[in-house]
Amino acid sequence: MNIGYYPGCALHGSSNDYEQSLRACLSTLDVQLDEMKDWICCGATAAHSLNHKLSLALPARNLAVAERDGFKQLFAPCPLCSMQLLKAKKAVGDERVRKELSEIVEADVRGESEVLNLIQLFEKIGVERIKSAVKAPLKSITAACYYGCLLTRPPDVVHFDDFEQPTSMETLVAALGAKTVEWNYKTECCGAGMTMSNEQIVLELAHKILSNAAEHGANCLVVACPMCHVNLDMKQAAVERRFGKKLGMVVYYLSDLVGLALGLSAEQLGINRHFVTQA
Amino acid sequence: MHMDVAPNQVVRLVQLGEWEKALQSRAIWECVGCQTCSTRCPKEVDCAGVMDALREASLARGMAAADRYLVVAFQKIFLENIRRNGWLNELELIGQFKADVVLHTGRIPFLFKDAGLAPQLGKRKKLHLIPGKARDRGVVDRIFERCASERKA
Repeated sequence: MNIGYYPGCALHGSSNDYEQSLRACLSTLDVQLDEMKDWICCGATAAHSLNHKLSLALPARNLAVAERDGFKQLFAPCPLCSMQLLKAKKAVGDERVRKELSEIVEADVRGESEVLNLIQLFEKIGVERIKSAVKAPLKSITAACYYGCLLTRPPDVVHFDDFEQPTSMETLVAALGAKTVEWNYKTECCGAGMTMSNEQIVLELAHKILSNAAEHGANCLVVACPMCHVNLDMKQAAVERRFGKKLGMVVYYLSDLVGLALGLSAEQLGINRHFVTQA
Repeated sequence: MHMDVAPNQVVRLVQLGEWEKALQSRAIWECVGCQTCSTRCPKEVDCAGVMDALREASLARGMAAADRYLVVAFQKIFLENIRRNGWLNELELIGQFKADVVLHTGRIPFLFKDAGLAPQLGKRKKLHLIPGKARDRGVVDRIFERCASERKA
């Protein structure tokens, strides 16, 4: 199966370990990522913070290009990209807005492509199919599944899972033979794009998330977002320094765990390129 | 406490017509856009959307809280970056952000903050010295132009 792929800036930048993990894991499941040739940045936090129209126009351009190129489904592994695409798709439901945005972006925006996050893509492949393909059940993993903000919020835009108590990731992780924990911070924010501009917020939030996962017996965190991974993995040493305690919490992308269970190695998935690695 | 005014109070300020207080608040720049307030508001007010609108208005009127300079500068430089490149160029963003903050605040050590991460990122093949650019950057620039003129009108 081929699927339209909107990588977003992070996966072509310093979160290229996430892309490596996705490609390795998905090709094992016979899913090939067909990258949009003319994608542009969705505008991210900066656009929705400073310029509302721009925050709709940039993802609308991507929707139009995806439709022009015949992609019925568009997989956006970054939840912010995915939410922005869905927000634009919702906005063009209004014919007046649709016409205006089409003029701004120089292309007919119809908003017909189905936008998928990583969990939805795995669900489309089929949890049962993944379960039957497991070669190395993850018996030693006790995971805290972390959804963060935008996989489930805003619910009237993303329409995915329960926005207070989501369970879709736990279902998938359990199918891999791993255990999951009940914990308090699965939909709390990690500080997102404030890593550089407001570091204190990121360190405080990451500290709460990592500590709560450990207190509930998890030996790793699982994320489906490049920014969550940056704040919880790359910044973990800074969190440890700031709060004077050792955390040592491994943070996996969801595709890492699926890949490991399918028999791929840590090197094939890029897990050896994370900051916190198994001791 | 990071926020000087809680999200529900920001909405109340707007309802009361206390625009200046809302537009000058630290809170609107401390907000990380997690959308939690919008999903939990018993009156279904889109508080996060209100925050977005207030940031845009605050910047347009030159009323952004001075001590939140880093957040404001980062967002502006981020947008200029994607306007030029179509995609984000991370190294350029970091360089320009640091230079801007040092020039504006005189905090020279900020230049070297997290510099230790660079070799670690390099070792993990996470730095791109010659990053890719979007194929059609002209259209990105025109989209920015149209969205900017719309805002002035």
